[in-house]
Amino acid sequence: MAMTVELPALERTDAMTPRASSARLRRYARPALGLLLPVGLAALWELLVWLGTTGPHGIPQPIWDWLKWVGLPNGRLVPPPTRIFATIMELASSGELSRHISATLTRVAAGFGLGVIAGTILGAVSGYWGLARQLLDPTVQALRAIPSIAWVPLFILWLGIFETSKIALIAVGVFFPVYLGVMGAILSVDRKIVEVGRTFRLSGPAMIRRILLPAVLPAYVVALRVGLGLGWMFVVAAEFMGASEGLGYLLIDGQQLGKPAQIVAAIVIFAILGKTTDWLIEIATAPLLRWQDAFGRQSGAN
Amino acid sequence: MLALERVGKTYPNGVHALERFSADIRLGEIVAIIGGSGCGKSTLLRAIAGLDRATTGSVTLDHTAITAPHAKIGIIFQEPRLLPWLSVADNIGFGLSELPAGVRREKVARALARVGLTDKANAWPRELSGGQAQRVAIARALVPQPEVLLLDEPFSALDAFTRRDLQDHLLDLWNDTRPTLILVTHDVDEAVVLADRVLVMRPRPGRLFEEIKINLARPRDRNSPLFDNFKRRVLTALDRSLDRNVPDADAKSTAGEAMWW
Repeated sequence: MAMTVELPALERTDAMTPRASSARLRRYARPALGLLLPVGLAALWELLVWLGTTGPHGIPQPIWDWLKWVGLPNGRLVPPPTRIFATIMELASSGELSRHISATLTRVAAGFGLGVIAGTILGAVSGYWGLARQLLDPTVQALRAIPSIAWVPLFILWLGIFETSKIALIAVGVFFPVYLGVMGAILSVDRKIVEVGRTFRLSGPAMIRRILLPAVLPAYVVALRVGLGLGWMFVVAAEFMGASEGLGYLLIDGQQLGKPAQIVAAIVIFAILGKTTDWLIEIATAPLLRWQDAFGRQSGAN
Repeated sequence: MLALERVGKTYPNGVHALERFSADIRLGEIVAIIGGSGCGKSTLLRAIAGLDRATTGSVTLDHTAITAPHAKIGIIFQEPRLLPWLSVADNIGFGLSELPAGVRREKVARALARVGLTDKANAWPRELSGGQAQRVAIARALVPQPEVLLLDEPFSALDAFTRRDLQDHLLDLWNDTRPTLILVTHDVDEAVVLADRVLVMRPRPGRLFEEIKINLARPRDRNSPLFDNFKRRVLTALDRSLDRNVPDADAKSTAGEAMWW
């Protein structure tokens, strides 16, 4: 809070300036606050491993013995952040990292796309037509009850061990939250708002375009984000079932060859990619949902 | 002219909400429908709006049967029911989508000025107060220039001061084009200040009980003895409508008589 400097009353002619700068501060301070915990933990980790490799440094003997027993001080199984960073840089410089990332991203994108298309269409049909819902929904719910990983053997038999079966698995994972989200959102559109459309004699397509679509949008965005999260979850499962590239392959490879730094590196990249893609959905849809958080905006940046 | 002929409604669950309601309402007339809960006043209004079809009888506007929402009939609900994703201006222009954008913008601007919300044109509905939101709803319903405007307890959710303000404002707006107003209310004051005619209904099943003409020049002084007189008459009729010992026929025979005391 270094920005809020107390000014004598006479100098405070422009009241907007301190308020605007404190708003800007808040805008940048919030993400920085979110980084505090991971950066702090990484620093502590680094320190512990550094202490371990350079000696006890006056740490009481029983604690030191326990730490050694856990295996922390040598940093072999628990690689410190610097070593993980070095691993990432190494993978990046050899060009291997971009190959793995693009393989995984391609799978997620294809699976997510297919899952979203299928989930949106079937969810919309089930939400809009009661008859379709009665026909379709029980079956979809029963399929949803199957743990999606259970499809893996069947997909491999049907679609082979290459890309098709992996993308199918991811698409299945993405499908259900999107389907449920779209159907639920349509079913919960306020009848009173629909009635406004009726009193203005909107035709079926106009009712969908002018009332249902905007009403459903917030819930749809949430469904997309949940679906994307599951997509990232299932891409790992898909890559575990036999892949020669991809971040999931890096995980398995790191386990089999005893390279924990590579495993943690892949995990970190998953975290970064997952967060980034989620954020992309958020900012892409923000202009469409401006009406929703108008209150928050008014009290903030305005 | 809006003709209601023996309009009746029985819901699929067997509830007999409305029975043989008949009334003729002239263009430009203001009619208030008042009655205890369950007297079918909202059912009647929804039948006139074409939102729910009557099971018996007919609603006709200038000899056209109303069976679905009609371009010449607008409705204002108890809640503003603004579309939260549209700005105030776009909400007002919602029913004008067939007009060219320029004409629409001009009409919306005029309506905004008329309800005194020009400065809120680009605000979101959630930024409005209850009274402002209901003003927007009124503007939205009036902008397509309906011949009949239906109001379903439009001010009942507002505080007393805002309610009075909006009642006066509604009369003012009505004066521009003089559409027919049919107002469902449970506020005797509101009925007497606005209406040319008050229709008192009685419940189970909902039916017309008594009709009281309000022969008072506008603007009406809420504090005058004459105003109190009419209020008392409506209240008496309401009390009698809820008294099971008073037969329907008894009430109808007194309808329309002037009572001075």
